[in-house]
Amino acid sequence: MTTPETAEALTTQDGKPLKAALRSALRREKLRALMLIAPLLFFVVVTFVAPIVDMLFRSVENGIVSETLPKTVVALQEWDQSTGETPGEPVYVALYEDLVVAVDEKTHTRLGSRLNYEQSGISSLFRKTGRRIKRMDEDTPFKEQFIAADKKWGEVEVWQVLKQYSPTITPGYYLNAVDAELTPEGARMKDEDDRIYMFLFGRTLFLSIVITVSCLILGYPIAFLLASLPLRTSNLLMILVLLPFWTSLLVRTSAWKVLLQQQGVINDFLVWTRLIDDAGRLVMINNQTGTIIAMTHILLPFMILPLYSVMKTISPSYVRAAKSLGANDWTAFWRVYFPQSVPGIGAGAILVFILSIGYYITPELVGGTSGIFISNRIAYHISSSLNWGLAAALGTLLLVAVLLLFVVYDKIVGIDNVKLG
Amino acid sequence: MKLKTLILAGTALAFTGSSALAIDLTLVSWGGAYQASQKNAYTDPYMAENPDVTVIWDESSPEAVAKLRAMNEAGNITWDLVDVEAADAIRLCDEGLAMEVDHDQLLAAAPDGTSASDDFGDMIVSDCFIPQIVFSTTFGYRTDKVPDGVEPPTSACDVFDLEKYPGKRALNKQPIANMEWALLCDGVPYEDVYSTLETEEGVARAFAKLDTIKDETIWWSASAEPVQLLADGEIFMGSAYNGRLFSLIEEQKQPVGMAWDWQMFDLDGWIIPAGLPEDRLAAVSKLVNYATDTQRLADQAKFISYGPARASSAPLVSTHETLGIEMAPHMPTDPNNAENTFVNNYEWWADYRDDLDAQFQAWLAK
Repeated sequence: MTTPETAEALTTQDGKPLKAALRSALRREKLRALMLIAPLLFFVVVTFVAPIVDMLFRSVENGIVSETLPKTVVALQEWDQSTGETPGEPVYVALYEDLVVAVDEKTHTRLGSRLNYEQSGISSLFRKTGRRIKRMDEDTPFKEQFIAADKKWGEVEVWQVLKQYSPTITPGYYLNAVDAELTPEGARMKDEDDRIYMFLFGRTLFLSIVITVSCLILGYPIAFLLASLPLRTSNLLMILVLLPFWTSLLVRTSAWKVLLQQQGVINDFLVWTRLIDDAGRLVMINNQTGTIIAMTHILLPFMILPLYSVMKTISPSYVRAAKSLGANDWTAFWRVYFPQSVPGIGAGAILVFILSIGYYITPELVGGTSGIFISNRIAYHISSSLNWGLAAALGTLLLVAVLLLFVVYDKIVGIDNVKLG
Repeated sequence: MKLKTLILAGTALAFTGSSALAIDLTLVSWGGAYQASQKNAYTDPYMAENPDVTVIWDESSPEAVAKLRAMNEAGNITWDLVDVEAADAIRLCDEGLAMEVDHDQLLAAAPDGTSASDDFGDMIVSDCFIPQIVFSTTFGYRTDKVPDGVEPPTSACDVFDLEKYPGKRALNKQPIANMEWALLCDGVPYEDVYSTLETEEGVARAFAKLDTIKDETIWWSASAEPVQLLADGEIFMGSAYNGRLFSLIEEQKQPVGMAWDWQMFDLDGWIIPAGLPEDRLAAVSKLVNYATDTQRLADQAKFISYGPARASSAPLVSTHETLGIEMAPHMPTDPNNAENTFVNNYEWWADYRDDLDAQFQAWLAK
C-alpha cells in the first residue's frame, strides 16, 4: 500500500520526520554532555586560559609612558632621534607640564621604574627630577633647568629610550628576554657582559636533562624490582617510594640542606671515615650539584610510577619464552623486556623533564647562584623587581620552548608510544 | 530543623565574634630576634591593655617595597603597619605607597613635654617615616676558625681577604652595604663612595672587588640566615645585623665574634600603608602612638641591642631582660664600637636603589 514518497518521508509516531527527530535527539545528547563538563570547562577557562592570555598581553603592553607623559609623547613625535641631538625647548616644556601633574599624582616614580628596565639610571633620574620640579621657574628656558637638575636630560640616549617606549605596544620585553635591545637602528644583541637570559635558558635545559637522566638511571632498577617482586614485598617497597612523595617539598629540600652542607651529615661522615680531611670538605650545596641531587630525589617518584605501571603489564612469559629459546639473561632483557618498557620510559622522562624545567623552589633554596633556573629569574621579576612584562615574556618563551620540545619528542618517540599504564 | 537552628546559631556567633569592637591588625617585620623584641616590648603589653585588638605578624619586610607595590597595583592593601629601613621609607613615600603623617599629632611627646618631632629630631628622614631604632650591619666571624697565629678580623674589609681568612662568607643578597664596602675596601675614600657609585666605572669597580670573593660567598635574603650559617659553622665570616649577632653571641653562647670596624649605620622604623580604611587607620594610629613612646622604645633595648631612635629613651636603656647584662656596650653607638662608622646615605639609596638592584641581580645571575 505504501508509495515511494511516503517511504522517503519516514516519520516518528507524533508525525515529525525521522531525520529531524534524530538530529534533535543527538543535539540533546551533546547539550547534556556539555552541561556535565561545563563546570570543568568554566574552571579551566577562568583559572588556566585567562591567566595565560593575560600573560601574553602583559608581555607587550606598554601604556604607562603615554599615560604619564601624554604631552611629551606627542611633542617627541616631531623629534628625529637619529640626528644625535637632544630635542628642542617645546619638548622640555611639555615634559615640565606632564611632570607637574605626574609628581602630584606620584606616578613619575612608577614610570621611572618602568623605563629603568630598559636603561639603568632612569629611575633615579625621574626621582631626582620629581623633587626639583616644584622649584622650577616658568620664565627661564626649561631645557637649561632640566639639565641643571640632572645632566642626563642633556643626553640623547635618555630621549631615545623615551621615544622608543612611547607606543602602547612594545616588543621591548621580548627583546630583553632574548638578550637584545631596542636602538634607533632597530633591534640588536646586547653587550656580551649583559647577556644572561639565553644563558639561563640553556642552563635550565641542560640541568633538566641531567636530572631526567639521573632519575631514569636510578628509577629503572627500582621499578623493575617493584614489578617483578611478589606482591607483599613489592607493596612494602612501594611504600618506601611513596613515603617521600607524600612528604612536603620544603621538608625534603631542607633535609638536603642539612645533609649536604659543609658541616653537614655527609661531610661529617666522610671526615670521620677519613675519606677526606677536615680542610677538604666537599661543597655539595648552594651550587649545581645541590640542585641536581635534591631535584633528582624530589622528582624520582614521577619516573618510578609510570615505569612501574608499564612494567607491571609486561607478561613474564615473554622473557621465559626467550630464555627457553636459548637467550641468556642479558639478551632476554635487552631484546625482549626493555623494548616493551620503552613507553614507560617515555612517559616518565617527559613527566620529569617538563616538571623540572619549570621548577623553582628547590633551586632557589639549594642552588646558590650557579644552580638557579630561568624560573627563579621569572619569580624574581614577579615578586621583587616587579618587572611583570619581562616575567611574562620569559614565561611565554618557556611555554613555547616546552611546546616545541613536545613536538620534537612526538616526532622522535611518538606521543602514542607514551603510556601511563 | 535541627540543622537549620545550628546554622543560624553559628552565623549569629560569627557575627558577634567579629563585632565592631574587635580588630585584627597585620604588622610586618623582619622575623627572628628583632621581631621578638618588638612583640615583647610593644604588642604584648598593648594587647594586654586592649583585648579587642589582635596583632598578626608577617615576616615580609625584606620584600616590603615590592609587595606594597604589588598590593597597590592589585588595589588591595592587607597590611596595617610595616617595619622598613629608612631608604625604603623614602622610596615608598615618593611613590605614594606610604601615608604621610604629622609626627607631633601621631606620636606621643616625651615625658618632659618635648614634642615628638624635636625628640626624634634628625631621625625623621621622611614625612612617612616613624623612626624606631638605629642599627648596624656588621660582621660576625667564627672565633674557633681563625687560623693559628692570625689576629681575628676587626673590619668589614677583612671579608675580602681570602688569604688571611680562608673560608666561606655570607653577604646580603642586595646591593645596599655591599657596594659601599667593596669600594671602601678597594681604596675609595669614605667621602667619595657615593659619588663613585653614581658613575658606571664606580659600579664596575665595586663589582670587580666583589668578584674576588663571589665564589666563596653564600647570599642571604632573610636576616636570620647569616646568623644560622654562623651557628652551623657553614661560613667563617658573614654580614648580619648587630642585634642578631648579639643574640647569637650573648643569648646562644656561640663561638662567634664581631668585627665592628666600618659597621654600616642605618635607621629602621614604621610606615603606615597609604589608603587604609578609617577604622583600621584609627586602630593602627593608637598602636603606633603607644609603641613609639619613650618608655616602649627604651623597653625594646632590653631584648635586643638596637638603640632607640628618640633622645628621651636613651637614658632609660639599662640591662637585658633575662641575661641581666648591661646593654650599652653592645649598641652600635658605643664609642668602643663606633670608631669607624659608615653612615648609610639612605637618601642616595632611595634614588638609586632601582638602578643598582637591577645591575646587582644581573651580576649575581652570571
